[in-house]
Amino acid sequence: MLRLILGRIVTTLPVIGVVAITIFLLLRLSPGDPAAVIAGDGASPETIAAIRIDLGLDQPLLVQFGTWIGQLLSGDLGTSVFSHQPVQKLIAQRVGPTVSLALMTLIFSILVAVPAGVLAAARHGTWIDRAIMAMSVAGFSIPVFVVGYLLIYFLSIKLGLFPVQGYVAISDDIFGFIRHITLPMLALGLIYIALFARITRSTMLEVLNEDFIRTARAKGLTRTRILVFHALRNAAVPIISVIGLGFASMVGGVVVTETVFNIPGIGRLVVDAVLARDYPVIQGIILVLAVVYVAINLAIDILYMLVDPRIRY
Amino acid sequence: MASLFLRSCSRVLVAFALAALIASTAQAEQKVLRVAMHNAIRILDPHVSTFFITRDFGYMIYDTLFALDEELNVQPQMVNTWEVSEDQLTYTFHLRDGLKFHDGAPVTSEDVIASLRRWSSVDAMGQNLASVTAEMKVVDERTFRIILNEPYGLVLDSLGKAGANVPFIMPKRVAETPASQQITETVGSGPFRFVAEEFQPGVKAVFEKNSDYVPRDEPASGLAGGKVVNIDRVEWVVFGDAQTIANALMAGEIDVWETPSYDHLPMLLASGDIEVTVRAPLGNNNLLRLNWLQPPLDNVKIRQAILHAMDVEEFLASQVGDPEYYGVCGAIFGCGTPLASDEGAVQVTGPHIERAKELLQEGGYQGEPIIVLMATTSVMMRPLGPVAAEALRRIGMNVDLQTMDFTTVIQRSLNQGPISEGGWHIFQTAQSAIDLMSPVGNSWVRGDGKQPGWPKDEVIEKLRDEYARSSDRERQKELAKEIQKRAYDLVFFIPNGQYITPPAHKSFVKNWVISSPTVFWNLDIVQD
Repeated sequence: MLRLILGRIVTTLPVIGVVAITIFLLLRLSPGDPAAVIAGDGASPETIAAIRIDLGLDQPLLVQFGTWIGQLLSGDLGTSVFSHQPVQKLIAQRVGPTVSLALMTLIFSILVAVPAGVLAAARHGTWIDRAIMAMSVAGFSIPVFVVGYLLIYFLSIKLGLFPVQGYVAISDDIFGFIRHITLPMLALGLIYIALFARITRSTMLEVLNEDFIRTARAKGLTRTRILVFHALRNAAVPIISVIGLGFASMVGGVVVTETVFNIPGIGRLVVDAVLARDYPVIQGIILVLAVVYVAINLAIDILYMLVDPRIRY
Repeated sequence: MASLFLRSCSRVLVAFALAALIASTAQAEQKVLRVAMHNAIRILDPHVSTFFITRDFGYMIYDTLFALDEELNVQPQMVNTWEVSEDQLTYTFHLRDGLKFHDGAPVTSEDVIASLRRWSSVDAMGQNLASVTAEMKVVDERTFRIILNEPYGLVLDSLGKAGANVPFIMPKRVAETPASQQITETVGSGPFRFVAEEFQPGVKAVFEKNSDYVPRDEPASGLAGGKVVNIDRVEWVVFGDAQTIANALMAGEIDVWETPSYDHLPMLLASGDIEVTVRAPLGNNNLLRLNWLQPPLDNVKIRQAILHAMDVEEFLASQVGDPEYYGVCGAIFGCGTPLASDEGAVQVTGPHIERAKELLQEGGYQGEPIIVLMATTSVMMRPLGPVAAEALRRIGMNVDLQTMDFTTVIQRSLNQGPISEGGWHIFQTAQSAIDLMSPVGNSWVRGDGKQPGWPKDEVIEKLRDEYARSSDRERQKELAKEIQKRAYDLVFFIPNGQYITPPAHKSFVKNWVISSPTVFWNLDIVQD
């Protein structure tokens, strides 16, 4: 396992390098100018030109890239050209809400979707199966923001059960955290419940037709024992794979949920940075997300080995 | 021994209970106002940035030497008294007693002069003032002098400039930062202090009452008068979505929505405890800018054709909807301002399609594509592009409406090149009336060929120059009329009406100051 981890770290470095070059070039070649944004739309071209020089944006691309890489190698992601705050600090401020939301959604989705998928497979062709699959289709079809606004309208504005917006860190107030995270978790979770339930059902259906399941039945094992300890365990690898990819896409793609519920997470930080052309912040976040994706994939591979000892890398 | 222990314990418990009671009472008495502003504050340097949110940030924590009152007259603010020499060349100013920066240091003449130097290196009105200034001189700690080369009629107007960039006064050590660099210290002498430790760009900015601030004795009027602070803490909370702000306001999670979307107003007003207050009756003005360097708009006939094709009401109806919140007007110097006039504003009674077509023919228009830049990321700007495009298509122009985010519009607007190199013909924006009200500060009537659109006209420059040097208000009015006529004849830009966005707020938020920038002094939380 140690070899796997070390190997992954080594192979990660060129990936990060390619990501760094790509994002740097994409940003510099796309339209937009942070100096113009800083000065505002009523500013004179002279003012904007002076700010460009001060930010070093008048330098050749190679010089700008070299400066940035030099910063990265010394462990510095740079400084926001707008707020003058270190990119590390900005990311650190925003990573908590995003990771909390993604983790809570993941746990909630697994707790609902996996039993639902197992149940649908066990009751294949019955009304229970059809009902679970219908709900799954609905989960896929309704956009997150629609679910979010409906939840806010009924549960917050009408019934006053939850706050409309905002985020409270778990370290500040655990009850406040639960109250604030519940609605976004429900809204974001719907699509992942649909996804995980469908993959669990289809994988379980395949496994339930295997010979060893028939043998288990012949041995007189209970239905629950067969489903949980024999079928689900053998169906786990593709389910873990989808859950892992789902978590990775959650971390990078929660921007709509964060916007609807006004959660100050990474998604909103990156959108704001893109609109303002805050190059160091965009570059920093993309690099961090690339590392997160690699780490999640590594975690998935380790989990594969744990659930299926036959798998070796 | 046991009784001594018990007595000690009970004393400690009583002390804790008292402390908790005092703390909770203090917290309960604190007046906190949670506000969704029109934008997220990221740039904390009001000398550098022209963003409204940065200007409003400036009014929170800084103070100005002079300020505009509700009637748009210049009034002293940090200045107590001042004298002007008989030859009109020397202005001597005496600062008020008790002016202190948030770090406790007194505001001195050196701070003032350093701040004015920094501001005047960026701002158009400041640059004009600097061009006629021979010297700025410290007389003593609270007295300074501006010595001019020649008489200049706008000294006080410049020092009391209300729109961005505002001549805010900073400590000398901060103001010595070059204007191409943002300041890194946010120390002012204004009515609120910025709580830097709680600042999260894009999330929240927090201000606390500056209890050392000494307000003027006069009642608050516009940006002038006594800035009495009744709120202990103001929080600017950043949202990414209008519906979420509306939900938060209705649920009582915020108290004020500074610029509510017009679509949400009926729902908010029907909720019972939400009101709107028209606190900035001058509002904002839509502007359509034409690129004089880009053929065929280098031909005045074509520009005039575009002017005649416009219909102000169409822009406002699609942008705002409810006529209660807009005004059909074509004033070059901002609707409702002292120099406002509809002289030459044919778009107010437009569209004049037949005349526009004639002008196109006279100008020799051959169906060249007209590039209109459209900002999609701004709710208020978004409707302007399609309305302008439709107006131009009606008179037979070939329009290429290009959609992009507002940042790209700003950057593209700086491009002087041909269409093949990212050039443009038309872009649209909006400006606060206070940014347009002076022929010197209004950058859209500059004829020096340096502003995006690059209009160049010596006549208008002479008129602006004469306006700046005149100290006779009547003569200034005549000159402003001439400037407006010239700007319309050559079509510098097209004003497409005025709109106001009154803040939606909980009914308990009272005593709004009538002012174009949103200010939080005088404001109070009064529970019925």
